[in-house]
Amino acid sequence: MNAVEVTGVSKVFRVAKGAEVVALDSVSLSVVPGEFVSLIGPSGCGKSTLLRLIADLDQPTAGEVLVFGKSARQARIDQDYGIAFQQAGLLPWRTVTGNIELPLELHGVGKAARRARAQDLLALVGLSDFADRYPDQLSGGMQQRVAIARSLAESPELLLMDEPFGALDEMTRERMQTELVRICAETGAAVVFVTHSIPEAVYLSSRVVVMSPRPGRIQEVVTVGLGSAGTRDDALREDAAFFASVKAVREALHGDAVHEKAPHSVRGVETR
Amino acid sequence: MTAAVPSLSLRAKSTNARVRPYVFGALGLVLLALVWEAYKAVGPAEGVMIGDITVLPRTSDIAMPHLWTMWERLGEPVTSAAGSPALWFAVLQAAGFTLGIAAVGWLVGVSVGMLLAIVMQRFRTAESALLPWVVLSQTVPLIAIAPLVKRWGAQIEVGAFDWEDWMSVALIASYLAFFPVSIGALRGLGSPDKAHLELMHSYAAGWWSTLLRLRLPASVPYLLPALRLAAANAVIGTVVAEVSIGLRGGVGRMMVEFASAASGDPAKPWAPIFGAVLVGLIAAGVVIVLGLFVGRYRRGEVSA
Ligand SMILES: Nc1ncnc2c1ncn2[C@@H]1O[C@H](COP(=O)(O)OP(=O)(O)O)[C@@H](O)[C@H]1O
Ligand SMILES: [Mg+2]
Repeated sequence: MNAVEVTGVSKVFRVAKGAEVVALDSVSLSVVPGEFVSLIGPSGCGKSTLLRLIADLDQPTAGEVLVFGKSARQARIDQDYGIAFQQAGLLPWRTVTGNIELPLELHGVGKAARRARAQDLLALVGLSDFADRYPDQLSGGMQQRVAIARSLAESPELLLMDEPFGALDEMTRERMQTELVRICAETGAAVVFVTHSIPEAVYLSSRVVVMSPRPGRIQEVVTVGLGSAGTRDDALREDAAFFASVKAVREALHGDAVHEKAPHSVRGVETR
Repeated sequence: MTAAVPSLSLRAKSTNARVRPYVFGALGLVLLALVWEAYKAVGPAEGVMIGDITVLPRTSDIAMPHLWTMWERLGEPVTSAAGSPALWFAVLQAAGFTLGIAAVGWLVGVSVGMLLAIVMQRFRTAESALLPWVVLSQTVPLIAIAPLVKRWGAQIEVGAFDWEDWMSVALIASYLAFFPVSIGALRGLGSPDKAHLELMHSYAAGWWSTLLRLRLPASVPYLLPALRLAAANAVIGTVVAEVSIGLRGGVGRMMVEFASAASGDPAKPWAPIFGAVLVGLIAAGVVIVLGLFVGRYRRGEVSA
């Protein structure tokens, strides 16, 4: 059974009277358990929308979204996924531990079990010394790591991440990518990861889904053959295979631009 | 790593910022006293008039007793009758009485205000149905409702329970206190970011869990000023209602009683006024102390 099965999904937003935005147009995608899939494309191509449909934060206009064989709604109720956004979204009045414990608390996990789980997760993201800090006492990168720990709290088989490193500086970002690869290897969770950085997508993923805007469609799916998550490390960033994949994704993105004779349509994608 | 540094500087700054208002408050009081005595010393005896209208009071000892006369008067007995307690003691007792009623009014008002806000937050239709009435309620003058409340109260008699006049006063105080709380809480309950609400939704948290873990904590920064306003309103409501309902024992009634002594004993009417100020200060102080206990819910105020 697939972790995510999106079949012929369309999403139309009604903006003003009569005006419509086709955010997604018959998109189909499957993600197998344990797989890391990135969604990449110029801004406005429907990456966030697709992720939100999988998370049941929005409903598709047409088509079907299945998560572990269930409806997205049921999967949300069963807490089959963890979620992280570009903004860490920590509750400012809760300590780091309190924030990580929030989903556990909401689902009736006992106090001792919560504490233990939060401690494990803090160790996993390297923030054990900051357990009792409040979010405003942490740097952006630390906050984002807490958010990731929180998304892992209930050991989900699926992680949904929308540009979680988008607001971080380049250095922190690379370190976080390395950490995420390690965490995924340890937890074995499938990940759907939205980004607008090509190197980030290639470094993290086994497959990169390249999308194009107006209407939002899947342009091409690039398979990255860089080995399993457990064997990826920083040296990979210098690897020839890495550059080959970066080139492939870039060409997939630009292919669209050539086709439309509108190079600006790839604006918003970092090709560094 | 480096997180200890910002947290330290943050704390140092906040203590400084916390003390400053009190320093300015004390300076303001001193200034007020100086202006009083200065005007009394140099102002014209008949006061300042523009046409027929007095814009500044007479400076006679009857209209404007010296501050130290007022102070000395507090130490003397209330009346010349034998066994009369010291004025300060009587005022303190009355202030305690008023504070008690104001506290009941405040508690009732805060509860009703919170409840209204929660209902309005929960049901959009309730907001559009209730909010205009909530706002309108405050335009009804206190003087108009006091006799009504007293009359209605007199008709309540359930078993051993008997409606008493002090309850009417507390009810009127709560009538003034609930308003800022309902408005402040409504804004606070609606204040969480969309991202936080969606996070709770992704956790399949119901309305009640979302209220407890997100909306209520997020509304604390909005609630504290509202509670402070409610405290001030409850005190004013109590003092005014004591007068219009004619309840003995509090500073409101004492003001009226002592005002008649003004010509012969000009410092005496000031004593219950100080008593009312004291009640107001204590009420405000209690809310400030309350705010210290919920400090962590105010972190949102500090971090940008
Ligand atoms: N709630 C919404 N209401 C109206 N239009 C929306 C809404 N959310 C997204 N859109 C539109 O849908 C398109 C895709 O948006 P989004 O999924 O956020 O793109 P991306 O994440 O790839 O940048 C955009 O044109 C955007 O303006
Ligand atoms: Mg987006």
